[in-house]
Amino acid sequence: MSLFSLFITSFIVNNIIFSRFLGICPFLGVSKKIDTAAGMGLAVIFVIVLASVIAYLVQIFILVPLGLEYLQTIAFILIIAALVQFVEMFLKKSSPGLYKALGIYLPLITTNCAVLGVVLINVQKEYTFMESLVNSVATPAGFLLAIVLFAVVREKIELADVPESLQGSSIALIAAGLMSIAFLGFSGLSI
Amino acid sequence: MNKSKIFKNGIFEENPIFSQQIGMCATLAITTSLLNGIGMGIAVIFVLVGSNIVISAMRKIIPDDVRIPIFVIVIATFTTIVDLLIHAFSFPLYQALGVFIPLIVVNCIIIARAEAFAYKNGVVDSIIDGLGMGAGYTLALMALSSVREILGNGSIFGFQILPASYEPMMIIVQPPGAFIALGLLIGLVNYMSRKKKLKGDAQ
Repeated sequence: MSLFSLFITSFIVNNIIFSRFLGICPFLGVSKKIDTAAGMGLAVIFVIVLASVIAYLVQIFILVPLGLEYLQTIAFILIIAALVQFVEMFLKKSSPGLYKALGIYLPLITTNCAVLGVVLINVQKEYTFMESLVNSVATPAGFLLAIVLFAVVREKIELADVPESLQGSSIALIAAGLMSIAFLGFSGLSI
Repeated sequence: MNKSKIFKNGIFEENPIFSQQIGMCATLAITTSLLNGIGMGIAVIFVLVGSNIVISAMRKIIPDDVRIPIFVIVIATFTTIVDLLIHAFSFPLYQALGVFIPLIVVNCIIIARAEAFAYKNGVVDSIIDGLGMGAGYTLALMALSSVREILGNGSIFGFQILPASYEPMMIIVQPPGAFIALGLLIGLVNYMSRKKKLKGDAQ
C-alpha cells in the first residue's frame, strides 16, 4: 500500500471515531465547544506522533530482541504516561502559550484509548517506520476532523427542542450515528 | 454502606454505561453479537476485581503522589493476564475483540473505581464493588449487543430466531448502528428512571 493511500484510509475511510471507535470518551466529553474541541484534537495529534515514534523504537530495539513482546501493553502505557508528563513539563518551561492552550487536555490524554490504540495498531499490522509515522499523523488528524465537525453539530443541538428523555449524551450519540452514516459513504473509496 | 447496596450501586444508580457514560469505546465497537458482549464483560470483571483487590490491599503503602502510575501498572498487569488467557483458551473471541482487549487498560471504569472506591475501602468491599460495577457493565453490553444482533442479524448467540422472511437491518451491525442504538437505549433508560421517579413522588 502506498503511503498516500494509507494516509487517506486512516484519515477518512477508517476514521478513528466513526469506524474504529477509539477515543470516544473525549469525543463525547470535550465536544461542547468548537475551540476546546480543536485544542483537544491538536493535543492528541502531538502526543500520538511522539508516542508512536518512541513506541516503535522500544518495540524494535528492546522488546523484540529480548523476546518480551507479551509486555507490550504494560510497556506502551508506561511510555504514554511518562511522555504526557514529560511533554507537560517541557511545554510549561519552553512555551507557556502553547501550555496554556493545551494544558488542561494533556493529562486527559493518558487515558485516551486513541493513543494506545494507534500505537498497538502500528505494531500489530507490522508497519515500517514510515508507514507508522504516516498512520500516526493521519489517524489523529481524522480525530481532529471528527471532533470539530461534531462540536459544530452540538452547538446547534443546544438550541434545538429535544425530548426530555433524549437530552444530553443520548441525542449526542444519535447525532454521532448520523455523522457516521455520512462517513460510511467513504468506505467504497479505493485509491 | 452495606454489602448488597454496594453491589446494586454498580448495576443501577451508577451503572458505568447508562449513568456514568464511561468506557464507551469498547461498548460501541464490540457489541455486534451477544457472545462478544458477554466475553468482553467477563474480561472487564476479571480486571476490575483483580485490580480492586490489589489496590485496596496496598492502599496504606501506596504514596499519594504516584498513585495514578501505580494504578495503571496494576491494571496493565491484569489486562496482560486476561489477554494471554483469552488468546490461549478462546481464539475466535480473541480475534473478534482484537485491539480492544489490551485497551481494557485505558478503560476509564477501572481506573475510576480504583481511585474512587478501592483506594478508600477495604478488600472485601472492593471485591463487591468490582463485581457490581462489572456486572452493571456486562448487563449494559448484553442489552446493547442483543438488540444489535437480533435486529442486524436476526439471530441470538448465532442461532437464527427471526423467520427467514425478515430482512436484517445491516446498518445496526455497522458502526452507525452502534451510536444510534446506544443513544436510543440511554434515552429509554432515562425515560424509565424518570417515570419511576414521578411515580415515587406521587405516592
